[in-house]
Amino acid sequence: MAELTPFQTVGPFFAICLSQPGCARIATEKAAGRHITIEGTVRDGTGAVVPDSLVEIWQANAAGRYAHPDDHQPKPLDPDFTGYGRAPTDDDGRFVIETVMPGRVPGPGETLQAPHLLLGILARGILTRLVTRVYFEDEPSTHDDPILSLVPAERRATLVAKPIGDDRYRFDLKLQGEGETVFFDV
Amino acid sequence: MTGDIYRRPSDDVHPPRDFPGYRGTALRHPKEPLVLIPQTLSEITGPVYGHRSVTEADRDLTNRGSGEPIGERIIVEGRVLDEDGRPVRDSLVELWQANAAGRYAHRVDQHAAPLDPNFTGAGRAITDAEGRYRFLTIKPGAYPWLNHANAWRPAHIHFSLWGPSFLTRLVTQMYFPGDPLLALDPIYNSVPDPRGRERLISRFDLSLTQPEYALGYRFDIIVRGRHATPMEAQHG
Repeated sequence: MAELTPFQTVGPFFAICLSQPGCARIATEKAAGRHITIEGTVRDGTGAVVPDSLVEIWQANAAGRYAHPDDHQPKPLDPDFTGYGRAPTDDDGRFVIETVMPGRVPGPGETLQAPHLLLGILARGILTRLVTRVYFEDEPSTHDDPILSLVPAERRATLVAKPIGDDRYRFDLKLQGEGETVFFDV
Repeated sequence: MTGDIYRRPSDDVHPPRDFPGYRGTALRHPKEPLVLIPQTLSEITGPVYGHRSVTEADRDLTNRGSGEPIGERIIVEGRVLDEDGRPVRDSLVELWQANAAGRYAHRVDQHAAPLDPNFTGAGRAITDAEGRYRFLTIKPGAYPWLNHANAWRPAHIHFSLWGPSFLTRLVTQMYFPGDPLLALDPIYNSVPDPRGRERLISRFDLSLTQPEYALGYRFDIIVRGRHATPMEAQHG
């Protein structure tokens, strides 16, 4: 068996390659579904903002189907939606994702997952990518989600985006310390 | 975990999240343990479409200006494979790097070395049916950083690739053989297994070298593979 190539940090200069104008706009007007904006700030262990990180997003379309050959569900694909985007943080550590509310997808066994996004976080000082999820506070199914229920109850709130009006949600990331975001081993 | 589609890497493959030698990790690593979760449809899928805009010209980093960039021209070629040696085809490979003087075309890089108007230092390619990619570029220079006294990064090229799922995502750095700075570099040495570190070093390859034009370096990349399905196990 061939052995894996190890991770290395993305470093501080990835923007010359991995970030293009509009790359955080996952859904254009044409995409089906409820259009939402998710905004947040990335902070480090002292609470200082992280201005040089890259948040990568992967999600299902509004019908709950992934644009991927291993998703065989009989649900419609959306030709105007790939489900992938990249949101670099700005000088204030802030990122903004424009997308649509994902539909529900199957979970382990016979379960159904609540609407969620997968996030990968890359930055200078992060040697191996961090992985987390975004759920939505105003989605009733969030509170029965089979994956979220594996997270200690007192830490679940770190994975739940809060509605702030006008189809906008707030989701902050804390890399370390008080209010530390839950990251997954998957 | 039962039901996993993709194998999980052993603990000594990737760098630890907290690596004191690399100061930048101190405030940017979670202190709480990662939460173990099963691999669902969300994780075993990933961005495989949307590379339509990648062109042949994108893998030539020497064609970005009105003239030739300064420096030693090199060819970087390799294959992207999974742990079972299966080619990872039609996959996006992105790379970025400093110029020959050790400076990035990025506003934050204030190293007192010249920028090169003919070199932006970014390229992208799609792997072919054998998982192969190929770039033409300039050998990057070493550069100083503020991690510790007299700290220098060895010459390196950053690589980013997705592979077939969210779980196969890899961001890494390719180094050059025989670089004396490797032994001193905390980022390179953050990889726990010495054999893992060696896998980050490209190989000089005379057969890849184009006479009177460019030296060739080979860099194969291995991403997470799938567990054998019962059917595959049966048929070996």
